[in-house]
Amino acid sequence: MNRIKEKKVKKKCFIKGNNAIVEAAIDAGCRFYVGYPITPQNEIPEYMSSRMAEMGGTFIQAESELISINMVFGAAAAGARAMTSSSSPGISLMQEGISYMAACELPGVIVNIVRGGPGLGNISPSQSDYFQATKPGHGDFHMIVLAPCNLQEMYDLTFEAFDYADKYRTPVMIFADGLLGQMMENIELNSDKISQYLNVEKTWAVTGARNRDGNKIHSLLMEPGALEAHNGHLQEKYNAIKADERRFELYNTDYNYEYLIVAFGSVARIAKGTINLAGKTKIGLFRPITLWPFPYEELKEAAANAKKVFVFEMNMGQMLEDVKLAIENSAKIEFYGRTGGGIPTSEELLNFIRRKE
Amino acid sequence: MLKEKIVYKKPQSLREQQFSYCPGCGHSTVHKLIAEIVDELELRENIIGVSPVGCAVFGYNFWNFDVTEAAHGRTPVVATAIKRVLPDRVVFSYQGDGDLASIGLAEILHTANRGENITVIFINNTNYGMTGGQMAPTTLIDQVTTTSPAGRDIQNYGYPIRVAELLSPLEGVKYLERVKITNAASIIKAKKAIKKAFLYQIKKIGFSLVEVLTSCPANWHKDEKQSIKWIEEVVAGYYSIGKIKDVKEGGGEEDDD
Repeated sequence: MNRIKEKKVKKKCFIKGNNAIVEAAIDAGCRFYVGYPITPQNEIPEYMSSRMAEMGGTFIQAESELISINMVFGAAAAGARAMTSSSSPGISLMQEGISYMAACELPGVIVNIVRGGPGLGNISPSQSDYFQATKPGHGDFHMIVLAPCNLQEMYDLTFEAFDYADKYRTPVMIFADGLLGQMMENIELNSDKISQYLNVEKTWAVTGARNRDGNKIHSLLMEPGALEAHNGHLQEKYNAIKADERRFELYNTDYNYEYLIVAFGSVARIAKGTINLAGKTKIGLFRPITLWPFPYEELKEAAANAKKVFVFEMNMGQMLEDVKLAIENSAKIEFYGRTGGGIPTSEELLNFIRRKE
Repeated sequence: MLKEKIVYKKPQSLREQQFSYCPGCGHSTVHKLIAEIVDELELRENIIGVSPVGCAVFGYNFWNFDVTEAAHGRTPVVATAIKRVLPDRVVFSYQGDGDLASIGLAEILHTANRGENITVIFINNTNYGMTGGQMAPTTLIDQVTTTSPAGRDIQNYGYPIRVAELLSPLEGVKYLERVKITNAASIIKAKKAIKKAFLYQIKKIGFSLVEVLTSCPANWHKDEKQSIKWIEEVVAGYYSIGKIKDVKEGGGEEDDD
């Protein structure tokens, strides 16, 4: 618990990825956290239990991930900034509540420190939740998905996730993995910054009907046409997010590169190593930061003049489908993936590029 | 001169909205009792209800105070989170037997065990009403439902769960009472129990649950009178009416009613 003090004394700190997420949530004004143990994210509930006590917030260890997400639903309904965290099998259980939150337009942050699957899988780093993150739950809805590739981004994107959630009244997922969750790095904290939408008035929340009729938060719309109209409203919101919130990074693309790597999260970082190994010639990187909304147009543009596009993932080709949607000439796409917790090395990726040259 | 005195009126906490429940259904009576209590305790601007999945999901259309829906069975945990965020508000979950005793059994056990300072109104009509009368954990032995056409069979489904008795040993639980609403006298008693449950929350005594035996004539294939008779003679025979637990009883504190 000596970690608690590190933020107070200095703006920069050497911190574990999972703990960086906790500090970001606290700095963003989140005072309600609920979670259930699952590796490799246990540092989040453990550290949260002491940080929330220190900050006068609420920490609840729930009886399951189903309960975690439904408590986030309740806290959000009452107007609070709320967060939960889990890893892949737990996120499967949370899909129920995420769908209800999207339907009821409730903000909230869900951290997914992805592990190997399917089933219980293993606890090694993986990106095999790309589908369940970007194509979540039942019904016509979307969720903003942010994919950090280093610990500074674990902190920054978690901080920003709360603003996205409140700005659009939507669930937001942080998509990381055990590699990012467990490693330690130096990061800069933003503790003095006030989160932009922290004090936005939530007139829709259930806080007690003072001088007004009762508010209703619900997703059941039985009258003919009512659900179609509501879903139309949700789609308008999703279109606004797609128009305004696409985020990505370009690396080593300031010249006429022949090959473009598309990778996100940990793999993007490994791919930067590949590019550096190759002497920073010929190869550029396109890294989606928002997995939803996916930066289709920008990727299309970046890939237009590349001879080949290499898609690298720690799964068997889940983002690949979005890359194919972005780049209609899929003949020039080459995919290499590791699954079941396998982590590629920079050399391994470079060897693959050389074989396919 | 003759002076008019209002002796009965529609509670302020009910909207100008006709109940959509079937004739003889118990939900409208219990909704009205809650609205009356909310008025009497002046809670309308200070109370938050959580509706279940089931017939009573539409609670927010009838009560004129803040109400949120919850996913099936998650009703008490949504109520828990609201209470933790807003500890000075009165928060209740309103749940049916499928919601509370089947899909939400883990939720109600842990909520009760944590001793959350919320109130639970549990509607036991021995079947899944909204989906057309399927067997519930509370369905009586040999009771015919759409999924137990030969009657509930204990070999395959065990015995009906007595929820109030099941929760009773948990230390976090402070008040449990089972009531019925079969006639004016029992409705008055039911109201008294529900009011007490809210008062226990207001006084921060802790978790309370009132189980209400109600009729579901449409799915029971009985008329209203037969339904009431069946509750009196059969349902209340298995689910005994009365106080199951009251931590204040014998504790020297006076009753609030």
